Amino acid sequence: MNEQAPIASERADKLQGLGCARKRVEDARFTQGKGNYVDDIKLKGMLFGDFVRSPYGHARIKSINKEAALAVPGVLAVITAEDLIPLNLHYMPTLAGDVQAVLAHEKVLFQNQEVAFVVAEDRYAAADGVELVEVDYEDLPVVVDAFKAMDADAPLLREDIKDKTEGAHGPRKHHNHIFYWDAGDAEGTDAALSSAEVVAEEFITYQRVHPCPLETCGCVASMDKVNGKLTVWGTFQAPHAVRTVASLISNIPEHNIRIVSPDIGGGFGNKVGVYPGYICSIVASIVTGKPVKWIEDRIENLTSTAFARDYHMTGKIAATKEGKITGLWCHVLADHGAFDACADPTKFPAGFFNICTGSYDIPVAYVGVDGVYTNKAPGGVAYRCSFRVTEASYFIERMIDVLARKLDMDPAELRMKNFIAKEQFPYTSALGWEYDSGDYHTAMTQAMESVDYKALRAEQAEQRAAFARGETRSLMGIGLAFFTEIVGAGPVKNCDILGLGMFDSCEIRVHPTGSAIARLGTISQGQGHATTFAQILATEIGLPADNITVEEGDTDTAPYGLGTYGSRSTPVAGAATAMAGRKIRAKAQMIAAYLLEVHDDDLEWEVDRFQVKGNPERFKTMAELAFAAYNQAIPGLEPGLEAVSYYDPPNMTYPFGAYVCVLDIDVDTGVSTVRRFYALDDCGTRINPMVIEGQVHGGLTEALAIAMGQEIRYDEIGNVQGGSLMDFYLPTAVETPHWETDHTVTPSPHHPIGAKGVGESPNVGGVSAFSNAVVDAFAHLGLTHSQMPHDHWRVWSEAEKLGLHDQ
Amino acid sequence: MSKTAIAMSVNGQKVEALAEPRMLLIHFLRETLDLTGPHIGCDTGHCGACTVDLDGQSVKSCMVFAVQAEGAEVTTIEGVTQPDGSLHAIQEAFREHHGLQCGYCTPGMITRAYRLLQENPNPSEAEIRYGISGNLCRCTGYQNIVKSIQAAAASLTSVSEAAE
Repeated sequence: MNEQAPIASERADKLQGLGCARKRVEDARFTQGKGNYVDDIKLKGMLFGDFVRSPYGHARIKSINKEAALAVPGVLAVITAEDLIPLNLHYMPTLAGDVQAVLAHEKVLFQNQEVAFVVAEDRYAAADGVELVEVDYEDLPVVVDAFKAMDADAPLLREDIKDKTEGAHGPRKHHNHIFYWDAGDAEGTDAALSSAEVVAEEFITYQRVHPCPLETCGCVASMDKVNGKLTVWGTFQAPHAVRTVASLISNIPEHNIRIVSPDIGGGFGNKVGVYPGYICSIVASIVTGKPVKWIEDRIENLTSTAFARDYHMTGKIAATKEGKITGLWCHVLADHGAFDACADPTKFPAGFFNICTGSYDIPVAYVGVDGVYTNKAPGGVAYRCSFRVTEASYFIERMIDVLARKLDMDPAELRMKNFIAKEQFPYTSALGWEYDSGDYHTAMTQAMESVDYKALRAEQAEQRAAFARGETRSLMGIGLAFFTEIVGAGPVKNCDILGLGMFDSCEIRVHPTGSAIARLGTISQGQGHATTFAQILATEIGLPADNITVEEGDTDTAPYGLGTYGSRSTPVAGAATAMAGRKIRAKAQMIAAYLLEVHDDDLEWEVDRFQVKGNPERFKTMAELAFAAYNQAIPGLEPGLEAVSYYDPPNMTYPFGAYVCVLDIDVDTGVSTVRRFYALDDCGTRINPMVIEGQVHGGLTEALAIAMGQEIRYDEIGNVQGGSLMDFYLPTAVETPHWETDHTVTPSPHHPIGAKGVGESPNVGGVSAFSNAVVDAFAHLGLTHSQMPHDHWRVWSEAEKLGLHDQ
Repeated sequence: MSKTAIAMSVNGQKVEALAEPRMLLIHFLRETLDLTGPHIGCDTGHCGACTVDLDGQSVKSCMVFAVQAEGAEVTTIEGVTQPDGSLHAIQEAFREHHGLQCGYCTPGMITRAYRLLQENPNPSEAEIRYGISGNLCRCTGYQNIVKSIQAAAASLTSVSEAAE
């Protein structure tokens, strides 16, 4: 007989499972400088690679002279496109069905494009070599304005595909056109617009920005010529996909490629794609027989790997005079840069932009997206959002405010009037998505009450009156956003990347002494998977989270999965973890039945044990069952206690939230000061509230940066502006306000533990809240929209245009 | 390029090595001495991931040549950890208050906080925010970093009061 055990709730607390604000297991190494990031890797004889990059936005390469560079002591090789052509590696496939030049062939298409790869014994020698490669260019006319890309006389950018009239996503209507993609009911939407009592229109740009994780991209490639095995350590958000792609383009058998993502210093979408630096490092390692490291510097990062957004959206929204929305129309001009390297599931060239009906019950809608080439860096990644969801959310949340202004209605009231009601879930949107669950009215009401919205509006009215009387030069803005995300891609039936279904996986091995290792197909970049996935498992299998190691990122050991981006880790790999845990538990139940000499059905699970129904003193703990799995010969059961689950989610998940931003604008300087920011998030079941709160703080800070200052601009001859941290805005602790967090819990009905994912919500919802607050500050003066980023100059300019400096 | 002999004290240990005069201190620490705690985030002096303590001041080690540290006392994150392996109060506080996520800014941030709390043992929130404004973080939104430094300040103050 077992000893008297603590009561169930005490035992559950000790597991540190679901809902526990468990301290992170990652932190011991990170706080002591003992992380292992890619640039920390040092291998015997390792060489360094560095790029010669184009100073031009568009130019023909007339010649490349390597001689002086090769004469530099320590420089071993200079690789150009000519060297890659025999290997058929001068171009590589992109995730979007296009190709991208690994090293510029014949011409360059954007400033800082990769032209040659210098390989040297140390990073200083490599930099010396880069300086001495002589490239003779003949500059060509550039296309930097996406709206001029399809002019009849626009310069031809992509000579390599000039005769292709059919792209990866249908016909191309111009030599700089990539695709047209649409969704919804065009005729029905036209009818709704033409018969509407009120139509509001707006042109909304979501500027080009960059995810800019603190660690840039990089890799170490090592080809072991003795056993034919290629190992690449790198900043990969999707290591398994990288392995498959590497095998397909190099013809190295996939079992001879090992991809390892070590600790990653933030990703935010920047580290999903495959970049020329990876390919060149691999080639250089094969050629030299030595490991080759390539780490991009910050300027290279901001100007060549993976921009985000650059969506130019024209919208029309129809409504009754009472404010019931009757239709939504949108056209997007999407600037994809020189190569279509968007990171989207294959069938979705504009990502999930058709989530743009947002949180509202809109009966009919139509959206069309034209993608075009320009002389800018390729990318189009999901910067801390699911694919194009933040663009969609920004679009609808701005349109709602524009409509509210036109109707002279409070934007909160307009939202409440049009929310999808709780009882309408599962809800099929006009653009085809099935929203899993939501309770928008409750969340919005809680938010409005928490900030005392009525009092804020009253204060704003008083301040506007004082401003009119000349008593203050400050205007108060109140920005609302109610976002619905679509995350957790995704069901294999419609979501794949390069043909690889977007399932994810977890493999668990329970050790004889009652501890375990779980390996997943995802990879943390700061989200704390080693902490939170162990919590999911602790609750599922009843072993303490502290006894469960979570390992990710090594393709030789982890089960196949599609990686971490688009808030998919918890919705997909988290589900796989729970399902694998349940397989462990099912086998443990059979072992318990044997040991307790009862039928399986006579047992029930309680926290950390199986007990005999009606006789809880007779039980076996999971730790005891684990040991039994390894030392008992149980008839009909194989020894061991392991399980693997590959989880194909039946649907996406739809986190949502209500955000309120209150800010004060000094109209004479354009300086905005965020006075208060309240964020209510509903991410379904909450695994670790401490980690969730941290994710929200960080995402809101990124949203602040985007809304108020970030932009990668190009001048008229294709020079990239904003290419270093001198002019690309990352807020410091001084500009960052205090964040208030709150939540409701509406579990996902189809996820094994009801979790929806949260990491990206604050970026998606936050940008709209900031932007709406800035416009709201001037709304009484007739302003309906202002293009981001709302930096001091632009805000001052709005005040100037409104005549506020004439008084 | 010819190399120069340099000597300095790093985390309390005498170090003598050869370095090109143009070698940055961050590369010397990371690649010559294998102290990979301090990181490189921008190469332009903006992000503070490479922050170390140099003769009692926080410096961005990507802005200093290794030869300029001749004869200096350098402390990196590895030296913030106590010689017996136990954690400094600031390291404990960052873990306790979720002051880090990806961990990339963390060594620089903690090394900066280590100096800040010596300069000002009882900083206000505004002083902390200003005091770490040379260190960028992309994950945490700073709120829990500020909380961590406040907690560390309180714990260090109570220890020093107890010692008096």
